Amino acid sequence: MPLLVELVSPERIAWEGEARMVICRTGTGDVAFLPGHIPFIGTLTTHPVRVLLEDGGEQVIAVHHGFVEVSPPEDGFTRVTVLSDVAELADTIDVDRARAAKERAESALAADADDVEAAAALRRAEVRLAAVDAAA
Amino acid sequence: MPGAQERVLRRRIASVQNTKKITRAMELIAATRVVKAQTRANEARPYAERITQVIADLAAAGAEVDHPLLRKSEQVEKVGVVVLSADRGLAGAYNSTVIKTAEREVQAARADGLDYALICVGRKAEAHFRFRNYPIDAVYSGFTDKPSYEDAVAIAARVTDLFINRGCDRILLVYTRFISLGSQEVVVRRFLPLESSSTIASVGDAGAVAGFEFEPSAAAVLESLLPRYVESRLYAALLDAAASELASRQRAMKSATDNAQDLIIKYTRKMNQVRQDAITTEIMEIISGAEALAEDRGSPEDLLLDHLDTDPFPKRLGNKPSHVPRDNPIY
Repeated sequence: MPLLVELVSPERIAWEGEARMVICRTGTGDVAFLPGHIPFIGTLTTHPVRVLLEDGGEQVIAVHHGFVEVSPPEDGFTRVTVLSDVAELADTIDVDRARAAKERAESALAADADDVEAAAALRRAEVRLAAVDAAA
Repeated sequence: MPGAQERVLRRRIASVQNTKKITRAMELIAATRVVKAQTRANEARPYAERITQVIADLAAAGAEVDHPLLRKSEQVEKVGVVVLSADRGLAGAYNSTVIKTAEREVQAARADGLDYALICVGRKAEAHFRFRNYPIDAVYSGFTDKPSYEDAVAIAARVTDLFINRGCDRILLVYTRFISLGSQEVVVRRFLPLESSSTIASVGDAGAVAGFEFEPSAAAVLESLLPRYVESRLYAALLDAAASELASRQRAMKSATDNAQDLIIKYTRKMNQVRQDAITTEIMEIISGAEALAEDRGSPEDLLLDHLDTDPFPKRLGNKPSHVPRDNPIY
């Protein structure tokens, strides 16, 4: 019996479908969810979320902060909801743009090591690229 | 050649026709965009619902935190008013009603001797309050008919800062709620402080009571969740306002188009009447001219021309010229 996975960004439901396993990184480390996982709520860090699909494929999503909730099972189905401000599917990420953003952020950081925004931008760009790499 | 009045009317009809074309185009544009705005509002709903659901689950697990966003002041000294208006006009009463309502809130705060901070979203609200010399705390504009989540985040950050660090004890959100295409209403909502998590939870489905596992802890999750909740509420309001704006514009432009059509019909009738009058007058003039000529022929005494074939001096005609009297004894 598969997991029901929903990836929700503020603007829309970015992705939903069935999966075997969901792997994401919370504040304290990686967590993998399998069907029948106990109810769980956790905060996510900026890191790719890996969704292992039923057919053996894999969907990688770049998530920039957010939450993951595993709801109590309904009719035997375990529902995993990932809530994130920014949730991008790996195959919709513009690699060139992410690379450019990464370089921009790096040069900004080189000029001013305390630039918080640049550090956040760098982190986002890295996650996007990591998501693309993981999906490839 | 048309008369002066007819020319004026012709020009006015042309001008109204141009206006009608513009309003018609705006109506159609608003009509397509209002549908998109509604779709966006619907697509944004799941996130708000899920967040509420998570808060409900946290509340069911007994998580209560002393978060600054939940802090209620006994004594309200400063009020923040956030008004969501449009960037552009031509949307009927949309801007004026929402701005008037916000202004009333500000006046009420003033009357109670309270300090206030005003945050304007949309150029129309900014122009209104700036013209009347209200101190404006912040202005956000350029996105009112198509707000993005980043816009909501930026505004939410400012509002949260006002509430937590700059002494506002209550934040009011004035915007236009989208009920349906045909009806929208201006509402004033208390935006901050938030209801306690258990009150938020009562909106969600709190039936699911189960042993949740939290990471790092229920309180920590709730603490990082509340700012997101604020953002998503503001985002929902922005989307509602955008849909309302477009619906109002569509309606305003529809009635403008109808009015233009009415004017065109009215002026066309007037113009035809004037033209008919002019023609009638012209015909009258010709007829009366001809009539006058005919009448003159009837009374020959009047015109010199007519006298040519009659004898003006019947006694002397055919006789010797009168100035040479023949029977003058001198000859």
